[in-house]
Amino acid sequence: MNNRRSRFLSIMLISGLTFLYVPMILLVIYSFNYSKLVPVWGGWSTRWYYVLFESQDVWDAVSLSLKIALINATFATILGTLAGLAMVRFGRFRGRTLFGGMLVAPLVMPEVITGLSLLVFFISFKQLIGWPAERGFTTITIAHITFSLAYVTVIIQARLTGMGQSLEEAAADLGAKPFKVLTAITLPRLAPGMVSGWLLAFTLSLDDLVIASFVTGPGANTLPILIFSRIRLGLRPDINALATIIILFVAVCVAIAALIMFRQQRREEMDQQIAAREG
Amino acid sequence: MSMETLPKQSGLIPDGIVSRILRQLQSGWRSIVIAVPFVWLFLFFLAPFFIVAKISLAELAISSPPFSKMIEWTDGTIMTIRVVFDNFAYIFDDPLYARTYINSLKISIISTFFCLLIGYPMAYGIVRSGPVAKRLLLFSIILPFWTSFLLRVYAWMGLLADQGTINGFLISMGIIDEPIRMLYTEFAVYIGIVYTYLPFMILPLYANMEKLDATLNEAAADLGSGPINTFFKITLPLTMPGIIAGSLLVFIPATGEYVIPDLLGGGNVQMIGRLLYNEFARNIDWPVACAVAIVLLMLLVLPMAIYQHYQGKASEGVTGE
Amino acid sequence: MLGDQISTDQNATDRPWLNSDAEPLIRIRGVTKKFGEFVAVNNVDLDIHQGELFCLLGGSGCGKTTLLRMLAGFEVPTSGQILIDGNDMSDVPPYERPTNMMFQNYALFPHMSVEKNIAFGLQQDKLPKDEIEDRIHAILKLVELQDYKKRKPQQLSGGQRQRVALARALVKEPKLLLLDEPLGALDKKLREQTQFELANIQDQVGITFVVVTHDQEEAMTLSTRIAVMDKGEFIQIGSPTEIYEFPENRFVADFIGSANILEGQIVEDSADHVQVLTDIGELNIEHSQPVQKGAQVWVALRPEKIHLSAEAPSEPQPNQSKGIVEDIGYLGNSSIYKIRLESGRIIDVTAPNQIRPKSRSHGITWEDTVYLTWDPSSVMLLNK
Repeated sequence: MNNRRSRFLSIMLISGLTFLYVPMILLVIYSFNYSKLVPVWGGWSTRWYYVLFESQDVWDAVSLSLKIALINATFATILGTLAGLAMVRFGRFRGRTLFGGMLVAPLVMPEVITGLSLLVFFISFKQLIGWPAERGFTTITIAHITFSLAYVTVIIQARLTGMGQSLEEAAADLGAKPFKVLTAITLPRLAPGMVSGWLLAFTLSLDDLVIASFVTGPGANTLPILIFSRIRLGLRPDINALATIIILFVAVCVAIAALIMFRQQRREEMDQQIAAREG
Repeated sequence: MSMETLPKQSGLIPDGIVSRILRQLQSGWRSIVIAVPFVWLFLFFLAPFFIVAKISLAELAISSPPFSKMIEWTDGTIMTIRVVFDNFAYIFDDPLYARTYINSLKISIISTFFCLLIGYPMAYGIVRSGPVAKRLLLFSIILPFWTSFLLRVYAWMGLLADQGTINGFLISMGIIDEPIRMLYTEFAVYIGIVYTYLPFMILPLYANMEKLDATLNEAAADLGSGPINTFFKITLPLTMPGIIAGSLLVFIPATGEYVIPDLLGGGNVQMIGRLLYNEFARNIDWPVACAVAIVLLMLLVLPMAIYQHYQGKASEGVTGE
Repeated sequence: MLGDQISTDQNATDRPWLNSDAEPLIRIRGVTKKFGEFVAVNNVDLDIHQGELFCLLGGSGCGKTTLLRMLAGFEVPTSGQILIDGNDMSDVPPYERPTNMMFQNYALFPHMSVEKNIAFGLQQDKLPKDEIEDRIHAILKLVELQDYKKRKPQQLSGGQRQRVALARALVKEPKLLLLDEPLGALDKKLREQTQFELANIQDQVGITFVVVTHDQEEAMTLSTRIAVMDKGEFIQIGSPTEIYEFPENRFVADFIGSANILEGQIVEDSADHVQVLTDIGELNIEHSQPVQKGAQVWVALRPEKIHLSAEAPSEPQPNQSKGIVEDIGYLGNSSIYKIRLESGRIIDVTAPNQIRPKSRSHGITWEDTVYLTWDPSSVMLLNK
């Protein structure tokens, strides 16, 4: 028996990937369609990109979404790192089970429920203490941090368990006090996990429609809310253009990330070669 | 062992207030590390559910917010608690809700099954690939996850529309004369769910299969087992945890899905997420919407608990030593 | 600095544990550690003296690592007390203890160079910069890694990493150095060589070492004393020779090296020897302690202490037996023979291959009848 891919598996992989990618490729192609009716081909053109760039709504939505995503990613990373440390490194503490539950539940909670519950919460609080005065930027950011932090925690937890505890013990053994161990050993070792967590939280926030729709107020349209309101009524050539920009942007970011990972791997391989020569 | 160890273990018994405060200060930063995310989640995740539960037991009222108060004070001294189960009775009486719940479950179970059917061989194919191909394939599975979910659903609108790419292609090839109606049908919803949730099925399956010892298959072959027998007797049972995790990761969010039935199903496919949103946004019937949410939560609480159990077991298994 | 300590602390006797007046460096008093229901270390007492190289030897799960981690402060004893240099360590966290540890997989900080790894501990003590530099220089010289101080741990070979880990722990000049399987990650050849290096370094710096290992050969070469552990308890504590030549019980006799262990009955007890009847015949054992006649006892006989011969001894004597070669294991430098005696019992005998055989067939071979003889002093009478 060989351990190679059989033909069946290869065919499944190719058709699966085709299924995943063809719709997006078509989306990109049709963004360069001159015709106002999306599916009718009217020749190559970049006219919908101009339409897109001239739309103030789109710019406003992009800037609001980016602002929320940046703040969300930063806070979610901080809170998620703290939560991960508490779960993996602090042993037993009172309320650990409840805490663990609250950290996993947002991952699987249907968005409509999270969105609804946060909205009634904000409204009840406004009734009680007058805050938040109006819904929009603040409420969306809070909602996003709440579910993003659960995702960050998963990444941090995985990395912490993978790291093991011996480096931290070694530092303590060499005289480093707990806080020093945290800053000199744990956090630097955790940094790659925190970066992935930050990026994930950033994307989750940019991508969220349902929760933002619940907790937003009048006038505060994030990019997904804007896109949704336009495509509900049918296909729109300018949205194809917007989709193309987003897809290209993500592709470039992922390519850069891949390159960094590749170089990192090369460096590790070189280290191993040096070590082997020494042995 | 009980008597001797008791005093040591019950260190929480107050032994002088001063030493207690000192200890509190010493372990202060640890408490902060726990407290900050804990308080955040308690306030913005757990507390909102209690409010939803409370409103689901209230009556619709013409006020702001539009529901009756649970606790009322008459003359500031007499407290009346009003709890109404009308909303739940309403949901269970009205066949619309029952049908919608059942339809949601049906759609998400069937979609999960198709995700598994497509995702399992894909994950297995990735595991069996060479190191470079493996990396590239994993990347291409994760890549769509980083692009907008909404736009991926939108892409299918263009493909499935009456004048869309698929119908256009089929007509131009002379296979059909009239466009087939695909958009705004249940079929489109299935396509949308399988399409968007496929990576959620593949990744846990891959993680599980990757850990499998490849020599197990060789051992089975060596002992005379054919490939099909080996698959059903060895591979499938050992990848069960991955199948369960992947299926739950698809099933749970798909049941409450709002965007896909709305964009691809139009008004023709009723799913509970969409019903809830509409109940809330259009009818402004908060108590009923909250009751709908509570019932949905009840339906999903068991699968969510199973998922959490698997999550917890996986992380404990590593830290336990 | 480290050189100054060379052997000045060593007392007149190089076996300080025999001196009842000497104040031990470490006192372990009734220490127990439980993980839930599982008792990892069960009520142990132990004194370790300044300058010793003390080995905790045992199989996995015997509690040796737990005991080491309690000395370092990573685990808190469920009950009992640990004193280092007369100070109770109960409430002292790891970072305030006068101990340092060399971790099993070295636990070198991967984001720091060799130099920074070694400096880490000194920086925690807030030492002046030039002193830190001097000490790093001295310790790198000791472990012969002067040219590698800018390297990252990943760029070093296994043996070099091991020396960095040792240097990092030693540079703080702890009162006690704890080593968790210090040679476990090295391959066999390197391990044998490093054993002697480690013992040499310990001799130079004069710091007390406590080593945890599962490898008896390592324990025998390295240590001044060995504690054999099983199920959280000490089975026997003594010098390598004591442990090997005078095992107190079946567990130690069997665990350290190999031994033919026989059950027997005492038939006669004289002033300087006893007669024991076993299924390989009557044994005459040199033994000075009085034993009860008729008592059931265990005796052990090491395979290398039995003499194998194809010819019958000239005169009959008590310590001899006869059998057939059932199997031979050729090890190169020696061979193991499995001898089936008339009673059916199989006895292991090892014999050195001192003479290179002229042809493939040599001396004793399968199915040969052979005669076994041994010295009365070689048989070990076990307590339990």
